Amino acid sequence: MSRQDIVAHIPAMRRYARSLTGDVWAADDLVQDTLERACSKWRLWLAGTDLRAWLFTVMHNLFISDVRQLQRRPAPHLMVDVDEAAHALHAPASSTELQIDLQRCLLQLPPDQRAVLLLVTLEDMGYAEVAKVTGVPLGTVMSRLSRARERMRELMQDAATPPASPQRSTEAAAQPPTLRRLK
Amino acid sequence: MTAPARPTDAADQALDDALRGLHREVLSEAVPPSLQDAAERLDAMQHSTLRSRQWLGMAASLLLAVSVGWFAHAYVQPGGASYASKGTAEREFVRQASFAHEVYLPEKRHPVEVAAAEQEHLVQWLSKRLGKPLKVPHLSEQGFELVGGRLLPGDTGARAQFMFQDAQGKRLTLYLGSLQKSANPADVESTQFRFESVGNTPSFYWAERGFGYALSGQVDKATLMALATSVYAQINTQP
Repeated sequence: MSRQDIVAHIPAMRRYARSLTGDVWAADDLVQDTLERACSKWRLWLAGTDLRAWLFTVMHNLFISDVRQLQRRPAPHLMVDVDEAAHALHAPASSTELQIDLQRCLLQLPPDQRAVLLLVTLEDMGYAEVAKVTGVPLGTVMSRLSRARERMRELMQDAATPPASPQRSTEAAAQPPTLRRLK
Repeated sequence: MTAPARPTDAADQALDDALRGLHREVLSEAVPPSLQDAAERLDAMQHSTLRSRQWLGMAASLLLAVSVGWFAHAYVQPGGASYASKGTAEREFVRQASFAHEVYLPEKRHPVEVAAAEQEHLVQWLSKRLGKPLKVPHLSEQGFELVGGRLLPGDTGARAQFMFQDAQGKRLTLYLGSLQKSANPADVESTQFRFESVGNTPSFYWAERGFGYALSGQVDKATLMALATSVYAQINTQP
C-alpha cells in the first residue's frame, strides 16, 4: 500500500459517501473520518488483501454508528440554519432531475438497505463482498438488496407521477436534517 | 461465492443503471487537500510500522551477531567482537537516520514538531533531551533554510532531526544523537566522513566525541559532501 494506492480510492469513496448521505460536506467528513480511523486501525489490514474492501468496511462501520447516534439523540445538532444551508440546497449544475429524484428516494430507504444497494451499483460489488463490507450474512445482503430495489422503484414511481409539482424548496424540507431558522 | 449481485428483472436493471450514473462527476473531481493529507498520514503510519518491524528484525540479527561475536571472543581473541559491534552500531545509526528522513520528507502539514520560528525554544528543548548543547547550522548560503526540528527515539536514546528546505522544496535532514548509552570518556570515538546510501536516501555520516551525525537528502554526492562539511565546521566552531 502506498499513498498513491490510497488516494486512488478516494474519488470512489467520496461518490459513495455522497450518495449515502446526500450531502456534500457530510460525505467528505465521512471520508476524512474513514481515513483517520484507518490510520489507527491499519494494523488490522493485511498487506496484499483488498484495500478497497477494507476502506469501505471502515467507512460502513463509521456510517452505521453515526446513523445510530443520530437516532439515539436526534434533535439539537441536526438543525441547520436555513440561510447557511440555502447554497447547499441548490443542485449542482451537472445534476439532472433524475439524479435529484434518485438521491431523494435513496435517503428514504433504511440506511442498511441504502448501503447495500449503493455498494452493488456504484461499486459493482458481488454479494460476498458486500457481506464482508457490511458484516452481515449473505442471505441478509440478498434480502436487503431486493427490498431496497423494490422500495426504490415504488418511490421513483411516486416521484414521477405528479409531474414536477414538488418544488425545490419543499423537496429540501423533505430531507432528513430538520431545517429551522435559528435566529 | 463471488456471484455478481446483478438483477434479473428489467425494471431493476434500469434502476441499477440510473444509480450507476449518480454523482458520477465526483469521480473526476480533484481530491480535496484535506483528504490527501489524511491519505498521506495513513501512508506514513503504515511505513513507520513496517519499518519498526524491519528494525525488530535487524535488532534480532544484531543480537545474533553480537552473540556470535561474544562466543568467538571467548574462544578466539579479545578485541574482535567490540570492533565489529561498533561498526554495526554506526551502520544502525545511519539506517535510522535514513528511515526518519524518508518518513518525514513527504510530510506536508507536520514536517517538524517545532518550527524554525521558535528556533531558540527548539534548540533548548532538543539540547535538554539529548543531554548536549546543540547548535543548528546555517545553510542559507547553499540555499537551504531551517524548517524546524523534532525529537525521535533511537536505539541508544533520544535523537533529534533538523529539517532544511530550499526554494524548490527540496529537503535535507540532519539527524543526530549519542551513539552509546553511557558516555564513558574511554569510549569517546570519532569517525571520518562516510558516504552511505540506505534505500533511496544518500547520507553523509560522521561521529564526533561519541555523538553521531547524518546529513541526508536527494542531492548529488558532491553537493551533499559540501553541505556536510559546512555543517561539521559550524558545529565544531566554538562560539
